[in-house]
Amino acid sequence: MAEIRYREAVGRAIAEEMERDENVFIMGEDIGLFEGAFKVTEGLHERFGERRVRDTPISENSIVGMGVGSAMLGLRPIVELMTINFSLLALDQIINHAAHVRYMFGGQVSVPLVIRMPQGAGNQLGPTHSHSLEAMFLQVPGLLVAVPSTPADALGLLKSAIRDDNPVIFIEHESLYGEKGEVPDGEHLLPFGVAAVRREGTDVTLVGVSRMARTAEKAAEVLAEEHGVSAEVIDPRTLRPLDLDTILKSVAKTNRCVTVEEGWPHGGVGANLAALIQEHAFDHLDAPILRVAGADVPMPYSKALEEIAYPHVDDVVKAVLQSVGKELTR
Amino acid sequence: MQSTTQKSVVKLKLMSESDFSEAVPGHPPVGPLPDRAAAREWLELMLRIRRFEERAGEAYTRAKVGGFVHLAIGEEAVVVGAVRAIRDTDWLISTYRSHGHALARGTDPAAVMSELYGKATGTSGGRGGSMHVFDLERRFMGGWGIVGGNIPIGAGFALQSSYRGNDDITLCVLGDGATNQGTFAETLNMAALWKLPIVFLVTNNRYGMGTSIERHSAVTDLVRKGNGLGVEGRRCDGMDVADTQAAVAEAAEICRSEQRPLLVEAMTYRFRGHSMSDPERYRSREQVTKWKEQDPIPAFTKRLEAEGIVTPDEVEEMDEKAIASAHAAAEAADSAPFPEPETLYDNVYSLGGEVRGWLSGTKAPE
Repeated sequence: MAEIRYREAVGRAIAEEMERDENVFIMGEDIGLFEGAFKVTEGLHERFGERRVRDTPISENSIVGMGVGSAMLGLRPIVELMTINFSLLALDQIINHAAHVRYMFGGQVSVPLVIRMPQGAGNQLGPTHSHSLEAMFLQVPGLLVAVPSTPADALGLLKSAIRDDNPVIFIEHESLYGEKGEVPDGEHLLPFGVAAVRREGTDVTLVGVSRMARTAEKAAEVLAEEHGVSAEVIDPRTLRPLDLDTILKSVAKTNRCVTVEEGWPHGGVGANLAALIQEHAFDHLDAPILRVAGADVPMPYSKALEEIAYPHVDDVVKAVLQSVGKELTR
Repeated sequence: MQSTTQKSVVKLKLMSESDFSEAVPGHPPVGPLPDRAAAREWLELMLRIRRFEERAGEAYTRAKVGGFVHLAIGEEAVVVGAVRAIRDTDWLISTYRSHGHALARGTDPAAVMSELYGKATGTSGGRGGSMHVFDLERRFMGGWGIVGGNIPIGAGFALQSSYRGNDDITLCVLGDGATNQGTFAETLNMAALWKLPIVFLVTNNRYGMGTSIERHSAVTDLVRKGNGLGVEGRRCDGMDVADTQAAVAEAAEICRSEQRPLLVEAMTYRFRGHSMSDPERYRSREQVTKWKEQDPIPAFTKRLEAEGIVTPDEVEEMDEKAIASAHAAAEAADSAPFPEPETLYDNVYSLGGEVRGWLSGTKAPE
């Protein structure tokens, strides 16, 4: 086991897969000579050259479209979009094409394309660079959606994504890039649709998405140490496919659930999980499912406002205490 | 033109806008004729496409076909000229007005018609409809419903050829309306930067849906529009199958040998509305009549008859065959089965029949 940063794990996955398969290449804005806005692609241009590490103009919709076209003919493109907000310029190609080509052409072709992008607040990037939009992509049939929260998951899931024959929306997190974590030494592949139980517990199930899986874990520590509440923490790791089994099993044990996400509350990941859990495990529930989510506003720039516009450990602790019927003791 | 592209200016027969507006309509076809057999085949193919589309339009009015149906009647010379200018191994990608491209590539007319009828035997098993005909085996890569959405997809095919170093090119068909989409500017720029082997064929029928080119494009010379993005091009007479074929063949040759993108603007006109549900209030009857006099099929027929390549009897026989082929396609489509309800989720994902969506588990734990 070696300890590496999340950004290094993503870069390693790309390099390993490019080494393994000549059909894998990467393109995006400033990923080559500049080595990526977040330095994820550091060293790749030098190592693999211009043909396989392609700097593009600022043309998101067409970059993704060219990814779709080349993937239809058997290449395995990785398209990097600088932030998830920029994917909004490419939604035509992502939804109308990447997701639907296989279906609308009767299965004659597949689209083995990975679209990578970071999301998240906390860096004062304001209302056009800080959002968390996994819920939006999650709704689209034809796409797979990954939201890794640790270096090991980023490595294992990205390698699987590149090998998958379906289009994958691979959502990284800007605030996680510098985080360290252990990764296995050899080849590390993680299947989609397998959640991780980050911490076992008996009183409440916490489902945290993307960076919020880590926030949920920290909240669970506080809950145990300061409130005597035992929280089980689940990181779904992929939202499509979703490992609902693991979540339902946990809810059957704890009888309570709190979801934690950075995105907006309406039509969010938590809203959908709450619907699924009550559909499938209503009799196991002793309390309403609660959602902790980002504030229902465009992400503000000012630190004072940004801090209260996305969830922190205290918000999760409060929601859990409400769920288990305890008062906040401090 | 910039000095960097001067080498090929010599090769290209450039036609200025004023040349063209005088030339069409009212200009007899003068493009270089191919050998006898090819000339006859072009005429036969144009007739087959025309009769197929008339039949499709009829099926639409009888509610056998739903949704949108966009007919290319009047534009057959562009379709046939372009497809006959590239190799069978080249990639062809079109728009939502693409029945003719599929037929020209040799797709079974019954499979195309069945797709329009929403039948299981359609090219996309009834999932795509008229706008999304597709035939991978013949490298006819759709059938795309979003205006301009197919442009980067086509460039992706060309990127693949360039990446693998083979000499396939891509012919990417778009309309004049699509040149106003961001993807046109984005993709032509990238294709020029990356020297991608792609020919953009702008089927300029003078209307983006119901908005005339003078009202939808500040620059009406679409070759110039491409030039501004680093892609060289030329115009051709889209009512003349031979002129179109020559222009696209020339562009394809340069594209293949020099590995760079080119654009051909084919000046044409659609005789029917934008789609079957179009009252056509945006253009005059006189204009339509004037262009119909320039119908590419009678014009080419007349020329081949004058050259002694076909006789009127032979043309009539060809036409009867075309009508019979369209009729047979419609009959086959009509009697084919609809897709079975249990196939609704087929091919959402590349995993056999399994759907990976929300539910990996569907039951509450005991």
